[in-house]
Amino acid sequence: MATIEMKNIVKKYGDGFPAVNDVSIDVADGEFLILVGPSGCGKSTLLRMIVGLEDISGGDMVIGGKRVNDLAPRDRNLSMVFQNYALYPHLSVYENIAFPLRLQKRPEKEIDEKVREASKTLDLDEHLERKPANLSGGQRQRVAMGRAIVREADAFLFDEPLSNLDAKLRGQMRTEIARLQKKLGITTVYVTHDQTEAMTLGDRVAVMKRGILQQLATPRELYEQPVNLFVAGFIGSPPMNFLPATVENGQVTLPFGTFPLPAAKAERTEGKGLLMAGIRPEHFEDVSVIGADSVDQARTFKATIDVREWLGDQQYAYVPYEAEPQVQDQLRELARESDGESLRTQLVVSLDAASKGEDGEHTTLFIDTDQMHLFDPSSGENLTVNA
Amino acid sequence: MALTGKNKERAQRVGMGVGVALVLGWCLLPVVWIVSLSFKSQQAVTNGSPGFLPADGGGAGFDNYRQVLQDGDFLLAIRNSAVVSLSATILSVAIATLAAYAIARLEFKGKKFVLTTALVIAMFPVVSLVGPLFDMWRTIGLYDTWYGLIIPYISFTLPLAIWTLSAFFREIPWEMEQAAQVDGATSWQAFRKVIVPLAAPGVFTAAILTFFFAWNDFVFGISLTSTENARPIPAALSFFVGADPFNRPASLLAAGAVVATVPIVVLVLFFQRKIVAGLTAGAVKG
Repeated sequence: MATIEMKNIVKKYGDGFPAVNDVSIDVADGEFLILVGPSGCGKSTLLRMIVGLEDISGGDMVIGGKRVNDLAPRDRNLSMVFQNYALYPHLSVYENIAFPLRLQKRPEKEIDEKVREASKTLDLDEHLERKPANLSGGQRQRVAMGRAIVREADAFLFDEPLSNLDAKLRGQMRTEIARLQKKLGITTVYVTHDQTEAMTLGDRVAVMKRGILQQLATPRELYEQPVNLFVAGFIGSPPMNFLPATVENGQVTLPFGTFPLPAAKAERTEGKGLLMAGIRPEHFEDVSVIGADSVDQARTFKATIDVREWLGDQQYAYVPYEAEPQVQDQLRELARESDGESLRTQLVVSLDAASKGEDGEHTTLFIDTDQMHLFDPSSGENLTVNA
Repeated sequence: MALTGKNKERAQRVGMGVGVALVLGWCLLPVVWIVSLSFKSQQAVTNGSPGFLPADGGGAGFDNYRQVLQDGDFLLAIRNSAVVSLSATILSVAIATLAAYAIARLEFKGKKFVLTTALVIAMFPVVSLVGPLFDMWRTIGLYDTWYGLIIPYISFTLPLAIWTLSAFFREIPWEMEQAAQVDGATSWQAFRKVIVPLAAPGVFTAAILTFFFAWNDFVFGISLTSTENARPIPAALSFFVGADPFNRPASLLAAGAVVATVPIVVLVLFFQRKIVAGLTAGAVKG
């Protein structure tokens, strides 16, 4: 077990393009750290630099207090689960799990004990003699994890380990990984592009974009206090709504109307011209459900819902609105950065499942401006962090 | 009249059987005929023995084989062929495995050049090299030695072996090795314990092709040797003249030919499944 300290890590490829740029992260002993970001953000490269499969162009990688920049992967005592499992197809499940131990030339008896223990933990007992080709995706995944845990490595590294599984199995394996990590208490770095995995598994989550660390925080903090537009848009599903906004006299003007803003937020944003307001779908509600009396009337507006998606426990409603071309361009850019696509300017609101109404009808919605964030549109910086 | 489904199926099966029989007959007839010849007596062959089975009194039983296997020169030829072919195969496959691995995995200057050169060598007519080699070997002192044959065999089989094997190595995902290295293997251990076993069908294919070439070669065998010191079987067979140069011992020759063929047939039958797996595994991914 060990800490992993990344100090100003840089990875430059032959063409000088920095795939990872000046990233510093300290992973505490026993911590579960998630690296998340859209494809090409450098998260996998960073992981491969930790394990030693990728050279480090600059900065220091310190594992357990020892600088490992120049050590070969085998001398770093880390174990890794690959995206495509990378099981050895010519070896049985037993031998696959035993492989790292055999390389260490451990005595036969010890190998047998450890392999049996790992296989019991991962429920692989009945498959030990089979070849990987005859196993299902979930079983292969467990064998790969067995090979990782059998060694008593200093840390576990996972490279998108669940992306090849179907949705149901992914959910089960996610829980299994969380349980295993808790039980073994080993420092873990886990790469994913799936934000559900990122939010549920991690003690802390590092969000990356184009090789640069955007924010390193607990899942709750990422969700509630994103430091910039990118993090705000990337974390959360459906994503945060972004609207053009101006703040004057303690009021925020959105395309639907003008609403009062808490003083702390107003103070920081007043008179800064056109801003980008971010508000999550669940911070809207149908006034007819909560009752008109218990709502601050100043914070309601009439909206035209064109599509409702009823999911049983809640529903999503879509409210289209007109925006100026420059705002539209920026929204499109934002969506593209987080691997999405924005086709039209619309508001996504999450309403109580009881909310009813015909499509195309006017519904009065409540907007919780206490939870609203305001971003500087040019730098993307959140002006209202912790306000 | 339209054929019903069942009849059509039967007709197809019969057609298939006939076709297979024709092809097999065409390919195997000469082989079968040599086997038949090898069981006839010399006398019967000289007098003319048109039947497939030896005529009455014309059969020699295993006499021809006994005679061939008692011939000291022929036994030495078998030894030469075995030693030369096996050494050439082992060396060629070992070198090709390492070279192919480097070609599949490393980016280095002149990679294309190595591959094209290999191909050019493979296309080089063997006969055109015999003269110069003969001269060189005589000067260096390799003429009529095992090494004198092993070296050209290696150089002519390497290109094919390298091409075959590098195709196999390319199919093996990088992650295999990376996983092994993370698990604590050195590069060499990862190569030996993970990559080579995975490329085993390719290694077998290359080995068999190399062995065929060396075992069946006649041109080098006859030109680069002069005595039973190094002369391989195909060359030795051509020296099977017998007492009367105008009346070659056909049945003895046939027995010798059968003896020379047996190892190849055994080898192929033994490795057949591996070769088939190898030939297809290289072509189809997954």
